[in-house]
Amino acid sequence: MLNASLREIASGLARKKISSVELTKLFLGRIKALNGKLNAFITVDEERSVGQARAADGLIAKGAAQPLTGIPVAHKDIFVARDWLTTCGSKILSNFVGPYDAHLIERFSGAGAVLLGKTNMDEFAMGSSSESSFYGPVKNPWNADCVPGGSSGGSAAAVAARMAPAATGTDTGGSIRQPAALSGVCGLKPTYGVVSRYGMIAFASSLDQAGPFAKSAEDLALLLNVIAGFDPRDSTSIEREPEDYTRDLEKPLAGLRVGVPKEHFGEGLAPDVGKAVETALAQLDKLGAKRVSIGLPNSRLSVPAYYVIAPAEASSNLSRFDGARYGYRAKDYTDLADMYRKTRAEGFGEEVRRRILIGTYVLSHGYYDAYYLKAQKIRRLIANDFTEAFKRCDVVIGPTSPTVAFKIGAKTSDPVQMYLNDIYTIPANLAGLPAASIPCGFGAGGLPVGLHLVGNYFSEAKILNVAHRYQRETDWHRREPAGLQ
Amino acid sequence: MPLTPEEVRAIAELARIGVSDAEVKTVQAKLNDIFELIGQMQQVDTEGVEPMSHAQGSALRLRADEVKEIDQRGLFLKLAPAPDMETGLYLVPKVLE
Repeated sequence: MLNASLREIASGLARKKISSVELTKLFLGRIKALNGKLNAFITVDEERSVGQARAADGLIAKGAAQPLTGIPVAHKDIFVARDWLTTCGSKILSNFVGPYDAHLIERFSGAGAVLLGKTNMDEFAMGSSSESSFYGPVKNPWNADCVPGGSSGGSAAAVAARMAPAATGTDTGGSIRQPAALSGVCGLKPTYGVVSRYGMIAFASSLDQAGPFAKSAEDLALLLNVIAGFDPRDSTSIEREPEDYTRDLEKPLAGLRVGVPKEHFGEGLAPDVGKAVETALAQLDKLGAKRVSIGLPNSRLSVPAYYVIAPAEASSNLSRFDGARYGYRAKDYTDLADMYRKTRAEGFGEEVRRRILIGTYVLSHGYYDAYYLKAQKIRRLIANDFTEAFKRCDVVIGPTSPTVAFKIGAKTSDPVQMYLNDIYTIPANLAGLPAASIPCGFGAGGLPVGLHLVGNYFSEAKILNVAHRYQRETDWHRREPAGLQ
Repeated sequence: MPLTPEEVRAIAELARIGVSDAEVKTVQAKLNDIFELIGQMQQVDTEGVEPMSHAQGSALRLRADEVKEIDQRGLFLKLAPAPDMETGLYLVPKVLE
């Protein structure tokens, strides 16, 4: 069951081979055994998870099961869940218990899934290594000396280490896809607006999008079926007909036009990663896909533009954490302003403080045009590059991350090096496009390499189709880290 | 143009984040590294390009001006209590004498 697909698990539950309570206890046991080593979870509540599993078994017995009923799913600790500690990886929310359920949490409860626990993450989702959490760094299941990627590193590590059959994350600049790549699992960031942001603690609102982690593209499709859909409580949620994201999984790839952006294969790409991606492209050729060389000339400016836009939005979103109404408050202060200054200096970690400072500066009087407006214009150029590309291809494919997982501590003292991890993933966020990462081999040190697939707006089913057909021919996504337990 | 220590202090004050004298230099150095990266934006001519503030081109959806929220004050105060409260009110240091 630890390695089973969601469909196999659902079938086991339906045929009474296993109950949801047994299944949930199996994964809780796995978490208990491995979390000391990997630090993937911040909160686990065995009693409540088993209680939800018992309720799910009741639904299954009544014949009222939906595809995910009784299946345990781990959620990034950025999603507010009623009565669950919801920290966002931060000291400032280290005592915050969710008073309501996020839309995504509601959807999973409505589907009868079991909340398996809240996963560790970079503080406020700001990072590419899951090292900036107040709760300590997450370790990569393939090599515990390495990072799992970030910011949704706990969710990625949980799926990789088979501590959860599936998990959720959020992606503002690559925070689902990059950890999926570095941890050897599958992750999908849907089109902006497909999954409601209600109850998802905001980082950069024009970029944030929630999505699933799983072992296969088929599992991603089943999870997306649960979380996608209109929600009036998010003003950017898109009103459109519900889709079945599994509908095109089996479609043959003959004639598929694969856009290969030359800019993503140049300087900065590690040779081991390049080689694995090239092998994957050759595999797609064999499946009948046709390669088209495309250009994303402005994507080199995606990191600079992102580090204006995301911190600007973050500085505004995070102004709510002031120690007055909830969360952490500093102990000693002289007056109200001093209370704010000390609460925020003590309650936020170094990276979060840095991003708030960047955002405050670029939005301040006299600098707005030079930074924020300029970045928004570059954002348009980057989106236009994709519009042009998708006239000539159906999906853009390249590496997810320039390197395999790096050592813990290797980049923490150099923010710019850390930021450059997301050079291939950020453009899709700026444009609002759907994108996924799936395992496509191993590089230096036997660490996983991710293949990045970007589609046109609302083409999640197409991305999942390409990924699924690839996974029918390969077994990279079935590999699991050795040496755990 | 690199940030000066005075500018770093001014930004920190705007952001209401305490930065000690001992920290200013380190904060300044790292911010300047990042602004060097951000400065690459100037390499491209964006004259006449329409700024893109959002992934969705269209205007935001409007809704009827109706009260939908129910009163959950008691619940919120119970589950996510403020650091300092009295009879259900948030307490902060005195602002007016």
